[in-house]
Amino acid sequence: MTQPITAAATRPSNGEQLKKHTISILVENKFGAFNRIAGLFAAKGYNIDSLTVGPTEEDDTSRMTVVTRGDDQIIEQIIKQLNKLIDTIKVVDLTFESFVERDLALVKVQSTPETRSEIMQIAEIFRAKVIDISPKTLTLEATGSQQKVDAFIKMLKPFVIKEMARTGRVALKREFQGEV
Amino acid sequence: MSPHKGQQSQHYGKIMTGSEIFVRSLIEEGVEVVFGYPGGAIIGVYDALVDLSDINHVLVRHEQGATHAAEGYAKATGKTGVVLVTSGPGATNTVTGIADAYMDSIPIVVFSGQVPLKLIGNDAFQEADIVGITRPITKHNYLVRDVRELAKTIKEAFYIASTGRPGPVLVDLPKDVMAQKTTFEYPKEVSMRSYNPTVEGHTKQIKKAAELINAAKRPVLYVGGGVIQSNAAQELMALAEKLQCPVTTTLHGLGSFPETNRLSLGMLGMHGTWYSNIAVSYCDMLIAVGARFDDRVTGKVEAFAAEAKKVHIDIDPSAISKNVKVDVPIVGDVKKVLQKLVQMLNKLDTADWLKTIDQWKAEHPLRYKQGNALRAQYVLHKLGEVTKGNAVVVTDVGQHQMWTAQFFTWVHARSHITSGGLGTMGFSLPAAMGAAFGRKDLPVVSVSGDGGFQMNMQEMATIVEHKLPMKIFVINNGFLGMVRQWQELFWRRRYSHVELYNPDFVKLAEAFGCPAMRVTNASEVEGAIRKAMEHKGGPFFIEFAVSKEDNVYPMIPAGQTVNEMLDTPESVEVGADGEVLTDEVKTLSKG
Ligand SMILES: Cc1ncc(C[n+]2csc(CCOP(=O)(O)OP(=O)(O)O)c2C)c(N)n1
Ligand SMILES: [Mg+2]
Repeated sequence: MTQPITAAATRPSNGEQLKKHTISILVENKFGAFNRIAGLFAAKGYNIDSLTVGPTEEDDTSRMTVVTRGDDQIIEQIIKQLNKLIDTIKVVDLTFESFVERDLALVKVQSTPETRSEIMQIAEIFRAKVIDISPKTLTLEATGSQQKVDAFIKMLKPFVIKEMARTGRVALKREFQGEV
Repeated sequence: MSPHKGQQSQHYGKIMTGSEIFVRSLIEEGVEVVFGYPGGAIIGVYDALVDLSDINHVLVRHEQGATHAAEGYAKATGKTGVVLVTSGPGATNTVTGIADAYMDSIPIVVFSGQVPLKLIGNDAFQEADIVGITRPITKHNYLVRDVRELAKTIKEAFYIASTGRPGPVLVDLPKDVMAQKTTFEYPKEVSMRSYNPTVEGHTKQIKKAAELINAAKRPVLYVGGGVIQSNAAQELMALAEKLQCPVTTTLHGLGSFPETNRLSLGMLGMHGTWYSNIAVSYCDMLIAVGARFDDRVTGKVEAFAAEAKKVHIDIDPSAISKNVKVDVPIVGDVKKVLQKLVQMLNKLDTADWLKTIDQWKAEHPLRYKQGNALRAQYVLHKLGEVTKGNAVVVTDVGQHQMWTAQFFTWVHARSHITSGGLGTMGFSLPAAMGAAFGRKDLPVVSVSGDGGFQMNMQEMATIVEHKLPMKIFVINNGFLGMVRQWQELFWRRRYSHVELYNPDFVKLAEAFGCPAMRVTNASEVEGAIRKAMEHKGGPFFIEFAVSKEDNVYPMIPAGQTVNEMLDTPESVEVGADGEVLTDEVKTLSKG
């Protein structure tokens, strides 16, 4: 039987079945390059868990890091479609490499004199920093793997999170094959 | 190649405005003809055209006509088509043609005027974010923000449009940028670290493919427009002959392999020949060349060539494993890959396979019955006979398009032009006009339905003005025939808004200044076609008033398999005409 490949948009978007991939895209730092990539994901119905963009070591390139989900065929198409964009210099699926990743979160959490120290304790465990304080709130900054940041946020939830901003994942291939 | 092509080095180093650089750059690219329409934002560029008249500018009557003309020119010649329009409505009118070129991989470059840089984003008069609008339907697009970038951008635009998998590129030209001055220098080469299409196929993959093919007993070559784009008809012939392998083509592949050859199966897919679809379902080896497993070809994907090992050769890596998983993919230019592949192949013993196919052809040819009422199939069959395939035929979208594909006998690459991927009604007349500007060696015939003709008929004026020796045929069935067919077959004959109130087409053509006639009887068809073919010095128009309710067969309903294929019914009923069909059965087998 011929193996069919169905469109990304019509497949189950059930996170359990679809593997997460972290894809690093080096692009020419040109007008509209970000739009092209975001537009591609929208037009083809690919998932985006997070998408970050920023400058790199060279002035004329940007690096985007996309966290997406899909089975092997969808991921293969995503990589091919990204490569097809004229401004794309290099696409690497970091999932198959050893890589370092960081996510940063700013969390403004409700606090009272009674809860403040408990919140600070949690912050300490996660090596988060207090960056703003008011009579009714604490604002914390946490950096780490996506899981660590997720766990941190989970711990803060009971105190009531008033506002939160996250960068999404940035990642680079690891050169040294071991823990630093 | 145009006599202008090459450097105009006497102009290098001179200070010029953006508009002058633009025109000089087109001359550098060897552009022979530009299809365009002026307006406020592009008026400076039009001013530069006055003094630099080396470029043949054709004033179309609607910007959609310009993009289709550029497509027709590109498909007929293999060169890149060029469009020049103003901002806002001028630019948005090109969108359908750009989307069409994107779907069918046609190299065109569209230059659009834009409001001055400093007004962008202000909802200025005739401002539209055409770069944003066309991002998903162009291979690439640019907004030129500095006159010093202009020449380099134009060079890149032509390079990107015409290399790799070809496609449309849009370049947006703000009015103030085009008025700025800089030194003119045209880059000799393009160097883009981010764009390097793979043209040489991977030798290891080609070897693997050869091993599979050499073991095949019932091979079929499934050939698409990529063979024509890559000018590989000769290589295809060499391969097919060496293997003794039957060849079926997609709609865009028509002409890449002569249908007079015994190995030809004609077209496959939804309205393909019965025997091509059956052959694909029985084959043990499918060699896909420059084709993309489109759903109009495969029907239900699981059942498509289900018994076969599959090799897929394509220039576009993303076309591979997009719809169908294949055994051996080869990324590369079709011509280069076929040249290498043929050397590794043996002559196969396909005698039994070919005999079976001959039998299928004899049992299930393309068929129609010609009675008192004139049939479209008969007109298109005759067109093929009279021209012997020596014509560039440009069709629109609908039943007449499928009948032309079926009943014309295709023998030359670049002789069949149509809107396949997007299926754009209104394509034929302007695309044929573009083809006629590029091709003087063969007559150019536009075949439209009565519906589609009315979507871009304004270009009749352009055609008459330029005395293009085109043959313009309208197959008038009084219906949006293809939609009516679907309503008849799949929506219980509940006809909804498919009957057309039409103008008097002959008077209409005459009003444009085009000699015209109406054919209502089968006996007049051949004479009328000959008359059109012999007509010199300008276009000739024929309305063929054909039977109103007729269906295209064979048909594999959308998403289904060969088992559901509807062959031409034994007694073809022609409902509304009340015609009694005791008439002659006409048949045609390809190959
Ligand atoms: C711009 C556009 N609008 C609508 C359609 C849908 N459509 C496909 S075929 C068809 C009927 C075409 O009628 P006509 O031009 O008379 O050709 P016929 O099928 O009768 O030969 C329509 C409406 C289309 N393909 N393109
Ligand atoms: Mg019609």
